[in-house]
Amino acid sequence: MSMLSVRNLKKAYGALKVTDDLSLDVEPGELHAIIGPNGAGKTTLITQLSGQSRPDSGQILFEGRDITRLGMAERVHLGLARSFQITSILPGFTVLENVALAVQAKDGSSFRFFAPVAREEVLNKAAMHKLRDVGLADRAHLKASALSHGDHRRLELAIAMATEPKLLLLDEPLAGTGGQDAEALVALLLDLKGKITTVLIEHDMDAVFSLADRISVLVYGEIIATGTPAEIRANPAVRTAYLGEEATA
Amino acid sequence: MSVAEQPMPRARMLGRTKAAWVIFALAALLPAFAALTNDPFLTVIGTRILAFAIAAMALDLILGYGAMVSFGHAAYIGFGAYSVAILSRYGITDISLHILAAMAVSAVFATITGAISIRTRGIYFIMITLAFGQMAYFFFVSLSAFGGDDGTTLADRSTFFGTRFLESDLSLYYVTLAILIGLFLLASRLVMSRFGRVLTGTRENMTRMEAVGFRPFRYQLTAFVISGCMTSIAGVILANQAEFISPAFMSWHISGELIVMVVLGGIGNLTGAIGGAVIALLLEEIIGIFTHHWKLYFGIILILVVLYSPGGVSGLVERIRGPRK
Repeated sequence: MSMLSVRNLKKAYGALKVTDDLSLDVEPGELHAIIGPNGAGKTTLITQLSGQSRPDSGQILFEGRDITRLGMAERVHLGLARSFQITSILPGFTVLENVALAVQAKDGSSFRFFAPVAREEVLNKAAMHKLRDVGLADRAHLKASALSHGDHRRLELAIAMATEPKLLLLDEPLAGTGGQDAEALVALLLDLKGKITTVLIEHDMDAVFSLADRISVLVYGEIIATGTPAEIRANPAVRTAYLGEEATA
Repeated sequence: MSVAEQPMPRARMLGRTKAAWVIFALAALLPAFAALTNDPFLTVIGTRILAFAIAAMALDLILGYGAMVSFGHAAYIGFGAYSVAILSRYGITDISLHILAAMAVSAVFATITGAISIRTRGIYFIMITLAFGQMAYFFFVSLSAFGGDDGTTLADRSTFFGTRFLESDLSLYYVTLAILIGLFLLASRLVMSRFGRVLTGTRENMTRMEAVGFRPFRYQLTAFVISGCMTSIAGVILANQAEFISPAFMSWHISGELIVMVVLGGIGNLTGAIGGAVIALLLEEIIGIFTHHWKLYFGIILILVVLYSPGGVSGLVERIRGPRK
């Protein structure tokens, strides 16, 4: 059974079809990249998969269960987490608190009014563990707003991981990074690969082709091809539609 | 190390708590000062100030920690005040029962109006809470059994576990101070708890909260109800202090003044709201000695504080004391 099955998903903003009869299967354990030119509908697809927006029609199955009508929070509890293209953190919280809050979301009730949360070792330990994974442990007690852009991208990843997802939706985790930051993030993603099923949207083609088990190409809201990196590279339709000169060079 | 790179100062939190205790200590000494200066009226004003400090602190719980700017919080003061008047008329005179009734009515009102208001954001939230506040106001205006628009005088103050303890201005003052301190301790625990962290998270970034698996609505609504219940206690005290109740307690001016107190003192740290209430009402009294147009001067002070110290007075105090910590 596929971990995630998308069946005939459609969404339109007025006359603009942003998701056009899209079907997609993500297998357990794979890193499935979705690429496509700007405006192909990649982020819109992620928002529908994560529950931030609803499709007009079609179905989304997660581990065989229909989650099309569930909200974002409910999907997180089933094990589906996302990261954001534009960094979305709690700027006034410390780095540790940002991650500890994500741990808290899955750790029992948050209707506890008296015990000081900052002293809950269970939350802090788990959060610290995630921060170590992304290399932010030494900045745990800084205010999140004080981090550099590259560190924000890491924090974004640590928060998503802290919800202990079965499926991770990563919306351009490398956005705005370059050089060492980008390399470090790719190394992180490589480390996650195989441990956790991932849907990756990314513009950095080097990263995509080195990370992905399979790639789907999205153009005008439609998937025009799915296959291994080698297959996608060789696919003439993909070349014309998207890779263009870069692939032939 | 630049300011932005410094770790989150725990010292600042402790500093604010300390500042609150300084206010409480000074408040505890006020009656002695009043006796020395032979001005018993100070204690009466003091009770009013402490009652508003309770209300401002309660408002700060949702305004400062939850980014919910309620412009209808005077309604809860009204529920508290009318609980005293209505129950007393029917022979239920004890303050504990008055407080219970006030909180029960407030909880119901806050649950219903909050469930509707919280679906909106920003200016719409402000307007819808104002509208609900006005509905409550006009309900009591039309309540002719209790004087309607003119209000009514209380025959007696609330009894205190069967005694007439509260008939003395001094006892009422200290009971009010005790309630304020108790609620401050409760609220301080609350904002540092799991619940408090979720509430603060919704203020910072709602989408992020949903994306890690929280449904913000239920936490916001709970905070809204707690805040309303707390505010109603201020109303119970104010009715006893004035020995008079009228819909004026719940007019939108009062809601506005509560917001002013919180902003003046500095939002999101409880102590600021308490300090803001103290400063606002003291200024009202002091400037009022010199001129009837105290609101004009108060307005100028408020503008200066908002312009030059966005963290309110508590922000200003921290900046002056800050570098040494």
